Amino acid sequence: MVTLNDYLLVSGLLFTVGFAGVLLRRNIIIIFMCLELMLNAANLSLVAFSRFYLQNGQPDYNGQILVFFIITVAAAEVAVGLAIIVALYRARQTTHVEDINSLKF
Amino acid sequence: MMIGFAVMVVLHRNPVASALSLVVSFLGLAALFALLDAYFIAVIQVLVYAGAVMVLFLFIIMLLDLKAEERRKWNPLAMIGGLLVTAGFAGLLVKVLNQFPVGDRSFPPISASSNLTDDVHNVGTTLFTSYNLPFQVVGVLVLVATIGVVVLSKRELK
Repeated sequence: MVTLNDYLLVSGLLFTVGFAGVLLRRNIIIIFMCLELMLNAANLSLVAFSRFYLQNGQPDYNGQILVFFIITVAAAEVAVGLAIIVALYRARQTTHVEDINSLKF
Repeated sequence: MMIGFAVMVVLHRNPVASALSLVVSFLGLAALFALLDAYFIAVIQVLVYAGAVMVLFLFIIMLLDLKAEERRKWNPLAMIGGLLVTAGFAGLLVKVLNQFPVGDRSFPPISASSNLTDDVHNVGTTLFTSYNLPFQVVGVLVLVATIGVVVLSKRELK
């Protein structure tokens, strides 16, 4: 029997993997992909809770609307972020975060 | 399997292989959404993430012509710190889930009268009644993002 905890555990593990990627990888595009992974982990737990908390025999659709908004905002964020990365690459010829340190004291 | 491909995203040194693993991971996530009776969200996940967003990622990776990262000297302090924080997070997750008795219940069945198309219908009704204003704000946000990307992509800002 699949319980709510199973879904929450998968969601948490997915978030952990994304978190590890952000901390360990030094390629800015891969860091960006790991951010997407973390957003999706949050979506999974939202959908699981929405399915768990039934309203009149239907899933709680408020949670799914929030997931819809997260997906929309994430798509816009990816477009802007990748444009910034392309501009950065034109200026510095690198996607390695340790080579981008002009703001470092 | 989905977690496995997610780990591949982090471990692969070639960005293209990493992005392709991310597509498979997103498809697995869409399957989980469908299992949770959220068919609309599952379809959106495939269309927006596995479709649009990942095409954008692959396009940028190919445009910048990224090679597999040469093996750089890993900063051992950052490695240990990162792994420590991640392990702490995972440990906390397991501890919290163990103390969450509600989570041990299985999912209650949804009412038998509902069918597949009801899901999209209900999401649409909620979206356009209770969440009409946020929906339009998100529309404005997407417009602003589009203009921002066009401005950022111009070669010279004069």
